[in-house]
Amino acid sequence: MSRSFIAKNPSVLVFLAGLALFTLLVTVFSEGFGVGGLSTSFVKTLGKTLCLCLVAIAMDLIWGYCGILSLGHFAFFGLGGYMVGMWLMYARTEIIVEGALAQGAIPPTSQEVIDGIGTQIFGVVGSSEFPSIWAFSDSLILQLMMVVLVPGLLALIFGWLAFRSRVTGVYLSILTQAMTLALALYLFQNDSGLRGNNGLSGLQNLPGVSASQDVVSIWFLWASAFALGAGYVLAAFVVSGKFGSVIRGIRDNEARVRFLGYPVESFKLMLFTLTAMIAAIAGALYYPQAGIINPAEIAPIASIYLAVWVAIGGRGRLYGAVLGAAFVSLVSTWFTGGQAPDINLGFYTIQWVDWWQVILGLSFVFVTLYAPKGIGGLFDLIKTGEKS
Amino acid sequence: MKRLLLTCLALVCACQMIFAQSAAAQAPGPLQTVLQAHAKDVAKPSRKTIQPVIDAIVASGLEPVPGFLSAWADKSVWQRKEDGLFFIGEEVAKRTYALTDVDSGAVVAEVAKKELKQLKPNSGVRGLIATALVQFQLSDPNPETRAAALLAIERAPGAALLAPLRASIPAEADPVLLARKTRIERLLTIGYDEDTAARVAAIEEMSGDLGVDVRAALNPLVARKLNVATELPEGENIADILIPGEGDLTVEAAYDLLVAAEGVPPRTTPEMIKAVLADNINGGFVAGVPVAQFTDLQTRLSAYAKLAAAGQAPGLVNDAEVQSALDLHVFYETYAEPNAAVTTAAEAALSSISTRVGLNQSLDLGLDAISLASIYFLAAIGLAITFGLMGVINMAHGEFIMMGAYTGYVVQQVIPNHTASIIVAIPLAFAVTFAAGVAMERLVIRHLYNRPLETLLATFGISIALQQLAKNIFGTQARPLTAPGWLDGAWAINDVVSISYIRIAIFVLALIFLAVFLFIMNRSRLGLETRAVTQNPRMAAAMGINPERVNMLTFGLGSGIAGIAGVAIGLYAKVTSELGSDYIVQSFMTVVVGGVGNIWGALLGAGMIGTLQKGIEWLNPSNTLAAQTYMIIFIIIFIQFRPRGIIALKGRAAGD
Amino acid sequence: MNFLKTTAVSALALGLTAGASLADDCKIKVGVLHSLSGTMAISETTLKDTMLMLVADQNEKGGLLGCELEAVVVDPASDWPLFAEKARELLTVHDVDVIFGNWTSVSRKSVLPVIEELNGLLFYPVQYEGEESSKNVFYTGAAPNQQAIPATDYFLDELGVEKFALLGTDYVYPRTTNNILESYLEGKGIAEEDIFVNYTPFGHSDWSKIVADVVALGADGKKVGVISTINGDANIGFYKELAAAGISADDIPVVAFSVGEEELSGLDTSNLVGHLAAWNYFQSADTEANEAFIAKWKDLMGEERVTNDPMEAHYIGFNMWANAVAEAGTADVDAVREKMYGQKFANLTGGTAEMLPNHHLAKPVLIGEILEDGQFDIISATDPVPGDAWTDFLPESAVLKSDWKDLGCGMYNTSTSTCVQLKSNY
Repeated sequence: MSRSFIAKNPSVLVFLAGLALFTLLVTVFSEGFGVGGLSTSFVKTLGKTLCLCLVAIAMDLIWGYCGILSLGHFAFFGLGGYMVGMWLMYARTEIIVEGALAQGAIPPTSQEVIDGIGTQIFGVVGSSEFPSIWAFSDSLILQLMMVVLVPGLLALIFGWLAFRSRVTGVYLSILTQAMTLALALYLFQNDSGLRGNNGLSGLQNLPGVSASQDVVSIWFLWASAFALGAGYVLAAFVVSGKFGSVIRGIRDNEARVRFLGYPVESFKLMLFTLTAMIAAIAGALYYPQAGIINPAEIAPIASIYLAVWVAIGGRGRLYGAVLGAAFVSLVSTWFTGGQAPDINLGFYTIQWVDWWQVILGLSFVFVTLYAPKGIGGLFDLIKTGEKS
Repeated sequence: MKRLLLTCLALVCACQMIFAQSAAAQAPGPLQTVLQAHAKDVAKPSRKTIQPVIDAIVASGLEPVPGFLSAWADKSVWQRKEDGLFFIGEEVAKRTYALTDVDSGAVVAEVAKKELKQLKPNSGVRGLIATALVQFQLSDPNPETRAAALLAIERAPGAALLAPLRASIPAEADPVLLARKTRIERLLTIGYDEDTAARVAAIEEMSGDLGVDVRAALNPLVARKLNVATELPEGENIADILIPGEGDLTVEAAYDLLVAAEGVPPRTTPEMIKAVLADNINGGFVAGVPVAQFTDLQTRLSAYAKLAAAGQAPGLVNDAEVQSALDLHVFYETYAEPNAAVTTAAEAALSSISTRVGLNQSLDLGLDAISLASIYFLAAIGLAITFGLMGVINMAHGEFIMMGAYTGYVVQQVIPNHTASIIVAIPLAFAVTFAAGVAMERLVIRHLYNRPLETLLATFGISIALQQLAKNIFGTQARPLTAPGWLDGAWAINDVVSISYIRIAIFVLALIFLAVFLFIMNRSRLGLETRAVTQNPRMAAAMGINPERVNMLTFGLGSGIAGIAGVAIGLYAKVTSELGSDYIVQSFMTVVVGGVGNIWGALLGAGMIGTLQKGIEWLNPSNTLAAQTYMIIFIIIFIQFRPRGIIALKGRAAGD
Repeated sequence: MNFLKTTAVSALALGLTAGASLADDCKIKVGVLHSLSGTMAISETTLKDTMLMLVADQNEKGGLLGCELEAVVVDPASDWPLFAEKARELLTVHDVDVIFGNWTSVSRKSVLPVIEELNGLLFYPVQYEGEESSKNVFYTGAAPNQQAIPATDYFLDELGVEKFALLGTDYVYPRTTNNILESYLEGKGIAEEDIFVNYTPFGHSDWSKIVADVVALGADGKKVGVISTINGDANIGFYKELAAAGISADDIPVVAFSVGEEELSGLDTSNLVGHLAAWNYFQSADTEANEAFIAKWKDLMGEERVTNDPMEAHYIGFNMWANAVAEAGTADVDAVREKMYGQKFANLTGGTAEMLPNHHLAKPVLIGEILEDGQFDIISATDPVPGDAWTDFLPESAVLKSDWKDLGCGMYNTSTSTCVQLKSNY
């Protein structure tokens, strides 16, 4: 990393230090490695939140920096989860099936083992055959490559089609939304080969690992923190160079950049694919912590929420995306958790379970109208306040 | 004569009962006696066992039999718990029933409900009772009763019904019933007449008919059954000879049939081999092969062969054995109907019917497509105004549809008359959503006209807030919104082509909206101003038009139309807080595919999406989800080639 | 004015909690894991309210073991991963002693690993597809042999149906149930081509073509019957289309496994009279216990509210759990589980339900015909049918057996006499 990059982006160091401190603190207070105090379920929530922050960075790159409001990035996030989930399910079931078959009088053939795994995995959707898309599921390395390759390829094809015919603005948003809807509907089918509506479940149980979830949750927290840190540095690097200037130019005036001789479509396509891959990696880390992935995860509304996080955090600044994602998802957890005390007005009791969605919705409106720079904008105010 | 005597007897019984109730309990009437003989079956009837009981009741020939049977089928026969006698009961006061004696027809007692047990024959038993009643009803003076008898014959045709039906035709006065009787008589003739010529004639007569009942009469005749024999038998009505491995008959299926029919040994499967090997393990070895080596199929096979050779296992049946066994047999299909002349005529009639059915099915599919298109159009038309003309991405559009539907529900709570409530609900829904739209435009959208992508976010926020509000107010349960009675039912052109009235109403509503839209845009002051503001707001303002007011009204209009669409959609589907979100993505796609800024575009877009979805559903009938997926993929690809939709605006209005 | 009533229930529960004179330090916590928002809220909020009512009732009776019960309500928001997260939160943060929750199978599959890992106790109140047995879950809803199979028998024997249309929403319960039924029907001599299967998405509303297809099935002269595993709101559109097509229950009967009083309250049933549903409970069951239960429910929630089968499942499950806790003298999961086996409690429909060693109930199966007022007329009631975790009609699972009491195994292969796995399959 060149000196100039860090010099240009002092915030990167601040962010990395903050992230490291956060991770360390959580570890110290965790039940698995530390003194306790933070429940494992909360550690998992934090780990998942880090993944959401990473996908928010991807969203910020494509929307905040390049002006493409993609309403389909959760499709890539989900696909990443599916890819890693296939290996997790296969390997976990393989251990169970081999154990069960070994109890029989006659040792199993390899085909019998595979049939047994197929029956276990696809029994819930009334099938026992392995679809061809599961061809690599027995290999962790190949399946991990698929985590970036499959969503990357989808983004490449979709982006090439869309940018080539110069679909822009709102139309592109609706088109990306259609893409994620089509993918979700496709996966909802039982015949899709990915267990339909049931999706892939039990992903928190790592095959062959006997450590408790208290410990595993910390492993994933570290992995997610590392991925977020790396993603942040990568994003900062991308936006600070010449590439960054071009995409900001595209955001502000696409036609002018094109007239200057830049291949606008290629830039957009590269960025779209890159962000799709970042989203996929975030998903691959998220779903083993969530435990289950299914098509409902990539319904269009999830991607809209993603855009909202970035908007609330503040577009066009990477820490804004991180803040927004962390803030909204943690607040949601708090309100749905039943911890928030009800407010008794005498004639009517406000139950947060009933009302927090209303508040959430209205806060989007408020942020868009009165704080278009989001939470990140507050930092600007502080900064300018200090200067003056 | 006998009947007269019995009537007298019944009368006497009745008199007795009036004078001395306890005497009646001791001496049950003749029908009661028959019923008591089968008391257990009558009280808890099952379709499988009740036929002899019904036969016995009918065979008694007693006069009150028809009345009793219909009361029984209507669930108005009760059994008194204390003595097990059956009565026809009628509720005279809350939880109190007047009991009528089955024989005399006189009211015997009034009893509390808890001392009684209601007889509830199920639908299968009711069908048998109805069939038994046919002979009494065919010449009944009441046309409704006669119609009921005909319905019973249609539901359960049988050879025994042909004669009474024919006997009743000459005396039939009602022309509608006469036509129905004649038609049913033809159908029964096809199935049950003794005379071949009459049957063939009836088949030919009905061969142009599209009715499901005609096909239902013909198809059982030509139903085929697969048989196997060593030689082709004589004297059977053979439909086809099949060769295993060719056409529909697979070698496996043929051999399975052979196993079932002739008891030849079944094919040796890997599971059987495995089971035999497991039974023959001897100190870690099977036939000299170590068990650990059985991870390979070939090793298993050879060990099995050794066992078979030693007589410790049945012989191996493999492909060669299967084939040679099949070669010794002939596989053929026979018709269910033994008479060849009838089956030939039936096949000919069916093939001519099936072409016509195919044609009509495509027509029906076309109607479905139009209906779906009009629903999409209805959902999207408001959006065509707010998004198409004004360029405002209103993610809360779906929630305006929902508000309209809930308005309909609330109105129906206040005004119970369905017709009146719908008439009130439509303008009210417009008013409510118009107001909501205007409020939203003033408070939120007005500030975001130059930031379209952010409108999307703000309106999305409003959308989830409105959805949750609806849940808080109306609960999460679906609410009933019932169409008026005159919209019940369907317009059936024939048994294949039909469309429900409610869908027709939605289609008409869509047409009205189209006309209203065109009128407002092209003929009214507001339309003129809207077009002006859309094309060039500054110039319009310079001409004295107040763009703010026009925007507000236009947005209100689009929202109001969404509200009316909500009433219509609620009538045909459901009213829940998620109603709107089901339609929002489709609506946006409709507008985008059709082309923004043009009502005809939205119409074409809805037409294309509706037709496509129905077309794909037709190709893959067992999976509606796949149809939706492929439709969206098609739309994505379509937009690649026509990024501005089917009807693209040209020139300055296209903007960018 | 629904929210006022909902509030009334919770206020009641809270009020009792706050005002009770019982010892505060020994609270027994009851987790309620039902979606209060999102697509499933339509069905699940009712169950949350039922649980609050049952807990308040129990506290009125003096709580359990001298302790007061406290209901902990969380909202998994119809989001399946969130179910796992909330289950973990209930068990580790709130330290609940038992969880009553879930509706969809996928949400159950989502919480299974968590419940098994943390040795929790879940009562699952909805009819489901079977093919599962977890040491930590008691299934108080119907297994396929307690709903689907008896209903199919009714079609075959009582209605003489010869041709079947299996219509379902595209997810695991209809898929598995229809697989079981297909294999069962073929065993009963129904040819493969006489079984028409169709799957539609959740919330499907455009039913005209499917209804037309079903009518066309009658063209070969066989009596057609529809077995519907259509879920949730999609039923409303389906029944409206059926009514519009003028299909009488005597021509093409429809038996539904997911349509109860609650679903019917969303539509006008006058054109649906005679169509059927199979459940273990109907509101119209004429017993005193049921009358009291309905009266209490309406009192809390409003006159127009109805009761349904999963509510009865929670009623039985909760009372059995309370009795087991009382017998065990502790709310500890393992001790309570031991006491659950053989636990008996009176059904609301009369008779007694019994908890079997395979964690399912023995319950009677009722078949009801829809009436004009949206209620069901019970026309057939069987003796209690023991729930079967592994169906006998699919070859892979016919050899499996679940017995947690003596065998200590939920997936025991009777042909090889081995325990296939101790955890459940998810």
